[in-house]
Amino acid sequence: MATTLADDLRPLHHPRSWLTKYVWSQDHKVIAIQYSVTAILIGVVALILSALMRLQLGFPGLFPSIQPDNYLQFVSMHGMIMVVYLLTALLLGGFGNYLIPLMVGARDMVFPFVNMLSYWLYLLSVIVLVAGFFVPGGPTGAGWTLYPPQAITEGTPGHQWGIATMLVSLAIFVAAFTMGGLNYVTTVLQARTKGMTLMRMPLSVWGIFTASIMGLLAFPALFVAAIMMLFDHFAGTSFFMPTMQSMGRITPTEGGSPLLFQHLFWFFGHPEVYIVALPAFGIVSDLISVHARRNIFGYRMMVWAIVIIGALSFVVWAHHMYVSGMNPYFGFFFATSTLIIAIPTAIKVYNWLLTLWRGNIHMRVPMLFAIAFIFTFIHGGLSGLFLGNVSVDVPLSDTFFVVAHFHMVMGVSPVLVIFGAIYHWYPKIFGRMWNETLGKLHFWITFLGVYAIFLPMHYLGILGVPRRYYALGETAFIPESVHLANEWITIAALIVFAAQGLFFFNMIWSLFRGPRADPNPWGAASLEWLTPQTPPAHGNWGPHLPVVYRWAYDYSVPGAARDFIPQTEPRA
Amino acid sequence: MSLTTPDKRDREIITPALRDIVSDWSADREVFRHTHWGKAMMWIFLLSDTFIFSCFLTGYMTMRMSASTPWPNTAEVFALTIGGQSIPLVLIAIMTFVLISSSGTMAMAVNFGYRRDRRKTAVLMLLTAIFGAAFLGMQAFEWTKLIHEGVRPWSNPMGAPQFGASFFMITGFHGLHVSCGVILLLIIASKVARGHYDRTGDYSAVEIAGLYWHFVDLVWVFIFAFFYLW
Repeated sequence: MATTLADDLRPLHHPRSWLTKYVWSQDHKVIAIQYSVTAILIGVVALILSALMRLQLGFPGLFPSIQPDNYLQFVSMHGMIMVVYLLTALLLGGFGNYLIPLMVGARDMVFPFVNMLSYWLYLLSVIVLVAGFFVPGGPTGAGWTLYPPQAITEGTPGHQWGIATMLVSLAIFVAAFTMGGLNYVTTVLQARTKGMTLMRMPLSVWGIFTASIMGLLAFPALFVAAIMMLFDHFAGTSFFMPTMQSMGRITPTEGGSPLLFQHLFWFFGHPEVYIVALPAFGIVSDLISVHARRNIFGYRMMVWAIVIIGALSFVVWAHHMYVSGMNPYFGFFFATSTLIIAIPTAIKVYNWLLTLWRGNIHMRVPMLFAIAFIFTFIHGGLSGLFLGNVSVDVPLSDTFFVVAHFHMVMGVSPVLVIFGAIYHWYPKIFGRMWNETLGKLHFWITFLGVYAIFLPMHYLGILGVPRRYYALGETAFIPESVHLANEWITIAALIVFAAQGLFFFNMIWSLFRGPRADPNPWGAASLEWLTPQTPPAHGNWGPHLPVVYRWAYDYSVPGAARDFIPQTEPRA
Repeated sequence: MSLTTPDKRDREIITPALRDIVSDWSADREVFRHTHWGKAMMWIFLLSDTFIFSCFLTGYMTMRMSASTPWPNTAEVFALTIGGQSIPLVLIAIMTFVLISSSGTMAMAVNFGYRRDRRKTAVLMLLTAIFGAAFLGMQAFEWTKLIHEGVRPWSNPMGAPQFGASFFMITGFHGLHVSCGVILLLIIASKVARGHYDRTGDYSAVEIAGLYWHFVDLVWVFIFAFFYLW
C-alpha cells in the first residue's frame, strides 16, 4: 500500500511555473538549498558580530562605537544565531532535507507541503530575529542563555523589545523545526526504497534521523521556557521572577524560580549540542569512508553509539548548572552521566581512526576537513572532561576555558564538517566542480587559524580571565601576557574571517564557471550519487525507484572490478 | 533475543512478539507496515507535544512547591454555589465528563469510518466537535468566574500569584489545542459528509483526527489530576 505510494509520481507536487519551481517549491532539494542559503546568510551576520567582539577584546578602547551594551548584544546574538539559526537549520533543514530522500531512495519527503511550510516559518523566525537589531534598545544582551531575571530586568541591554523579538523568534523556530523534523523522521521510518533496511542506511542519515527525534523532544522545553518568559515580560507573571530590588525599587514580582528557567533551557540546550553534533558525526563518517576508500569501521557500533549518545544527552543537562545554586547532590549524578557519554563518543573517534588505518587516503578538500574535524573534536572532547567534573568545573566556570571548549567541540567541529560536506556534495547539488587550490587554501587558513584562536583561550581561562567581559582593564590577577594573547587571537580571528571570502568566492564562481562535474566524482557507493540526472531532477529517480542490495560502504572489496560497489548492485 | 528460562507464556506470547518487533525494524521500506504516512507522523507529533505539556506541568509543579505564599485551596476555588450550597469541583467534573464522552463518540466515528459508513461517521464527528465546543464554553465560564473573583496572571487574592499564572497558561494552552481539534474535526467531518473519502477510498483522515482528539483528552486527565485534584 504505502510502498506503491512511495513509487508513485502522481502525488508529487509538480511545479508549473518559475515561482512554484524555485520559490514556493515543494521539492526537498530546492527547500534544502533555500534553508542552507538562509542559514549561511544569517551565519555570516553572526560571523561579523564575532569579528566585532574580537576587535573590542583585542584592542579595547580603540573602537569607540563598540560600547559595553553593544558588546553584550554581539555576544548574545552571535551565540544564539550560530547554535540555532545556523547550525541546527543548516544541518537538519539543509543537509537533512537534501540527503534523506536521496540516501534512502525516496522521491521526496512524505509531506512536501508541510516541508515547504517548515522553510517559510524558519524564514519568518529569522526575519523576527533580525528585527531585533532595529527595535528600540537593540537586540537582547542577556547572553545566548537568556537567563532571567536579568534578561527582562532594567539594566540589561534590550530588556524591553530585544528579548521579546528573540523569544518570539525562537517560538516560531520551534514550530518550523517541528514541521521539518516530523517529515525527516517519518521519511526515514516509512518511505525507504526496496532493500533499504535501517541498517543499510548511510551514517549521515542515521545522524540526521536521531538528531531530528532529539529535536522533536528537546525543542518543546525551549518553547515552554520562551512562552513562560514572554508571560513574565508582558503579562507581569512571576514564573521565573523572584522578589528583587531593581534600580532601588522592590519589583512587584514574587516567588518565581530563576532556576526553573535554567532547567528548562538546558533540558533543551544540552540535547541541542548533540542535535548539532550527531549529523556532523554521521556526515564525517561518510566523508572519511569515501575518501579513504575503506568501509566504515564498526558500522553497527557507530549506529548504536549515535543512538546511545542521543539517549544519554537527555540526562546530562544540569552539568551546565554546577554553579547555579542547585542541590549539590545533583552535581554527582550529572557528572557521572556526563562522563558515561564519553564512552560511545570515544567509540566513534576510535572507529574513525580505524577507518583511516591502512586506507587508501585521498587528501582531497572534503577529506582534509573531515580529518581536521577529528583533531578539533578530540581536542574539544578532552577539555570537556575537565568541565564535566564538578570540582574542576567550579574554578573554570565562566572563564575563557569554557569559551575555548565549546567553540572547539560544537562550534569549530561541526562547521568544519559542514565545509567538508559542502565541498563533498557540491558536484551533485549543482553539477559543477569547485576549484581545488582555492579549497585547499581555504582549508589550511581555517584549520590552522582556529587553533591560533582557540588554543590561547584555554590559557586565558586557566588564568581566570572571565568570559562576557567588555574590557579587563587593570586587574591584579591578570598579567600583561593576557592582553598580548588577546591581540594575537583577534589578529588570527580576522585572518580566518577574511579567509572565508575564499570559500564564498569559490562556491559562487564555480556555480557559473566551474567545470561540469562527473555524476559520481568521488566513486561513492551510496544512493545519492546514482541518480539518473546530475543535479537530480524532480522526483529524483526517473520512472522507477532504485533497489538496494547492500550497505553503503563496499569500498576496496577484494576481487571487485572497481574499488567501490554501488548499493544498487545485486550480490553475486 | 534469547530468554534463558522460557516458560510457556514466554515462548507463546513474548518471544513471537519480540520476533515481530525485530523483523519490523529490520525490514526494508517501512518500519510500521501498512501504516498511513499521516498516521505515523501524527503519532510522532503527539510524542513531541507530550513533551510540551510535560514541561508545562513540571514547571507548574516546581512553581507550586517553591511558591513563597500558600497555594489556594483548589476545592474551594473551583467550587460552584448551586442552590445555596457550595459544591467543590462540580463544573470541572462536568467538563471532564463531557470531554471523555467526546472521546467515546470519536472512537465510534473511527469505527464507522473503517466501515465506510459516510453518514454515521460524519454525524458522530460532528457530535464530538459539539462536545468539544461545549467543553470550551464551560472553560470560558470558569475563566470568567475566576477573573470576576480577582484572579489575574500577575496576582491572586487567594494566595500565590503563580496560581493564576499557571492556571491561565496551562488551561489556555490546552484550550487552544481543543479549539484546533474542533476546527480539524469540523473540516474532516464536512469532507466525510461530502463523500471526499469515498472517492479517494481512504478514510485514514478520520482516524488521524481521532488520534489527535484522544491525545487532547488524555492531556486533560493529567491537567485535571495535577491542577484540580492536588
